Amino acid sequence: MIDLVWLIPLFPFIGFLICGLGRNILPKAVIGTIASLAVIASFVISLGLFFQFDSATPVIIHLFDWIKVGGIDIPFSFQIDQLSILMLLIITGIGSLIHIYSTGYMSHDAGFGKFFSYLNLFIFFMLLLVLGSNYVIMFIGWEGVGLCSYLLIGFWFTNGAYADAAKKAFIMNRIGDLGFLIGVFVIISTFGSTSFSEIFPKAQSMISGDATLTLITILLFIGATGKSAQLPLFTWLPDAMAGPTPVSALIHAATMVTAGIYMIARSNILFTLSPVTMSIIAVIGLATAIIAAIIAITQTDIKKVLAYSTVSQLGYMFLGLGVGAYTGAFFHVLTHAFFKALLFLGAGSVIHAMSNEQDMRKMGGLKKKLPITFITMLMGTLAISGLPPFSGFFSKDEILAHVYEHNKILWMIGVLGAMLTAFYMFRMMFLTFWGNFRGSENQKSHLHESPISMTIPLIVLAILSVVGGFIGVPEVLGGSHWLAGYLAPVFEGSGTRMSELSLNHSTEYVLMAVSVGGVVIAIIYAYIKYIKNNHVLPVMDSEPRSALAKISYNKFYFDEFYTAIVQKPLDVLSGFFYKIIEKSGIDGLVNGLGKGSIEASNGLRLLQTGNVGFYIFAMVIGVVVILIYSFLKF
Amino acid sequence: MDNISATIQVVPLNHYILLSAIIFTIGVVGVLIRRNAIIIFMSIELMLNAVNLLLAAFSAYSGDASGQVFVFFIMALAAAEVAIGLAIIVMVYRNTSSIDINILNRLKW
Repeated sequence: MIDLVWLIPLFPFIGFLICGLGRNILPKAVIGTIASLAVIASFVISLGLFFQFDSATPVIIHLFDWIKVGGIDIPFSFQIDQLSILMLLIITGIGSLIHIYSTGYMSHDAGFGKFFSYLNLFIFFMLLLVLGSNYVIMFIGWEGVGLCSYLLIGFWFTNGAYADAAKKAFIMNRIGDLGFLIGVFVIISTFGSTSFSEIFPKAQSMISGDATLTLITILLFIGATGKSAQLPLFTWLPDAMAGPTPVSALIHAATMVTAGIYMIARSNILFTLSPVTMSIIAVIGLATAIIAAIIAITQTDIKKVLAYSTVSQLGYMFLGLGVGAYTGAFFHVLTHAFFKALLFLGAGSVIHAMSNEQDMRKMGGLKKKLPITFITMLMGTLAISGLPPFSGFFSKDEILAHVYEHNKILWMIGVLGAMLTAFYMFRMMFLTFWGNFRGSENQKSHLHESPISMTIPLIVLAILSVVGGFIGVPEVLGGSHWLAGYLAPVFEGSGTRMSELSLNHSTEYVLMAVSVGGVVIAIIYAYIKYIKNNHVLPVMDSEPRSALAKISYNKFYFDEFYTAIVQKPLDVLSGFFYKIIEKSGIDGLVNGLGKGSIEASNGLRLLQTGNVGFYIFAMVIGVVVILIYSFLKF
Repeated sequence: MDNISATIQVVPLNHYILLSAIIFTIGVVGVLIRRNAIIIFMSIELMLNAVNLLLAAFSAYSGDASGQVFVFFIMALAAAEVAIGLAIIVMVYRNTSSIDINILNRLKW
C-alpha cells in the first residue's frame, strides 16, 4: 500500500485535468462523479495506508531528484508518518463529503465544471503540502492552496466585492508567505538542507533558545499567521466567505487554514527549542481567539459568524501549540474539521433553502422546515461549544488543561473565549432555527429541505462531530488517549523536552467543570436573550448601537486601521509617483522630445519660402561650401 | 580624326578650361538672377555645354575617345530635358499667363 502513495495526489490532479478540460463538453453529472470519485479514490488509499502503517519512524518515498545544485539537494519525495496520514484522512475524507455535497449545492451554477476542477486542484495541492518531505515541496503546496483559495473565493468574480475579497485573501497570504519563504532560506543556510529527516535530528542537538532557531521559528510562524488567519493577518478569512459555501467549509474551515498548524506541528522540535517563539504563538493565538469571538457575537451574516468562529478556533489551536500541547492542538484540528465543516455545510443548506439569503435577521423558525439541517447543525453547535461528550469538549479541554499548567491567566481568558464561543454559536442557532420566520413571502414559499446529496454529508459529519472526540479521551475520564499514543513518534523529540501534564485528577475535574459550567451559563444567557425575551433581534444597520456592540459589529475597525496605516500611505506614495515621477518625469521627457521636434520644425519650415530663386541660391551656396571644404581638406 | 584632334590642340588646354569656367559661371549667374523661365532654361543649357566643351577638350588632349562619347550622351539628355522643360513652361504659361518663376511661390510648406 505504501508504494501507492504517489497515487494519492495524482487522482485529484487527473480529476482536475478532466474536469478543467471538459468543463464545457462533459455533462454536469459526469463532472461531479469524476471529481468526487477522484477524491474518494485517494481517501480509500489513505485509509489503507492508515491501517497498514505501523512504522515508528517516518518513511520517505523518493519519487525523483528535483533540484540538485552545489551543496543543496532537494528531492521530490513524500514523507509518510502518523501526522501526514491523519492529515491525509482529514483532507480526502472531508474533501469527499464536500465534493458530494457540492454536486447538489452547485447544481444550478453555470460554472459547475470550473468549480469542480478548482476543488480537485485544491485537494491536489493540499495533499502535496502534507505529503512533502521537505519545506520546498511543502511550499509548493502552500502556494498552490493559496492560489486555489483565491480562485474559489473569487469564483463569482463578476461581483466586484467578491473579486476584491479574493484579492485581499491573496495579498494577505503573500505577506505571510514571504515570512515562510525567508524562513526556508534561513533553514537552508543553517542546516544546509530542507528535508525534515535531516533538519530535525540536527536541531535536536542545538541548545534551547538558540537565536537562529528563534529567527527561523518566528519567520515560519509569520507564514502560519497568514495562512491560518491569525492576528494581525486574519482579516482576509471573513471576507473569504464570498466564495461558494462548500469552499468555505473545505478550504476556509477544515483544511487549508489548518496548514499553519500542521506546519508548526511538523516542525515541532524547532519550536520546542525556541521558548520565545512559543510564548509569542500562545499570546497571538489567545488574542486572536478572543478578538474573533467578540466580533462573532454581533455579526448578522450567518457565514460571517462561522468565519469568525473559525478564526477563533484556529486561535485556540495556536494557543495549544504555544504551550506545547501539540497533540491537543492537532486533536482540535481534527475535531474542528468535523464540526466546522458540518456547520458550514449546514449554513450552506440554510442559504440554499432561503434562496441565497445569508442575513440571520431575515431567517428564524427554520427548525420545522429543515429538520435534518437543524438536527445536524445542533450537533455541530454542541460540539464546538465544548459540551461533553461531543468531540469539541475533549480537544478544547486538552488544550485548556495544558494552558492551565502553563499560565493561569491565559487559562482564564481561554475559558472566557469558550463561553463566548458557546454564546455566539447558540445565538446563531436561536436566530436561525427558532422563533418566527422573518423573511419575505417569496422566500417562505420556497423553503425546502436540501437534496439527499447535501444531507448525507451533513449526517456523516454530524456523527463524526459527536463521536470524533473518543479517539482522544483523556486518562482522567477513563480513556487511554489513543491519538496521543498514535502521534507519539511524531512529537517524540519535543516530548522529552516538554514537561508532561502533571495535574492531579481532582484539578482536572475542576477545570472541566469550570469550562463546562461557563459554557452552560453562556448558553442559558443566549436562550434568555434571544428566546425568552421575545427575540431580541440584532438591530438593523441604520439604527444606533451601543458603543461596545458597535466596536464588535465593525470588527474592531481592523479593516479601517489597515486602510489607514497601509493602504492610505501607499495610495499617497503612488499618487506622488504618479503625479511627480510619472507625469512630470517620464511623460515630461517623452512629451518634451515630441514638442521639441514640433518647435524646431516650425522654425525650419520658414526656410521653405516657395521662391525658386532662393532654392537655387541655397543649392549653389551648398555646392560652393562643399567645394571649399574639399579644397581645404586636401 | 587626328586632324581635328590636332586642330583642337592648337589652342592650349588652359584656355579651354578658362572659357568653360566663364561660360559655366554665366550660366549659374543667369539662373540665379533672372526671373524669366525661358532665360533660366537657356542658362542651364549654357552650363551643360560648358561641361561638354571641357569634356571634348580633355578627350582630345588625352587621346581618349570616351570623353567625346559622353558629350553625345549629355546632348541627348539635354534634348530630352528641353522637351520636358519647355512642356512644363507651356503649362505654367497657360495656367498663370506668365513665365515669371516668382509667381510659382506656392510650392512651400
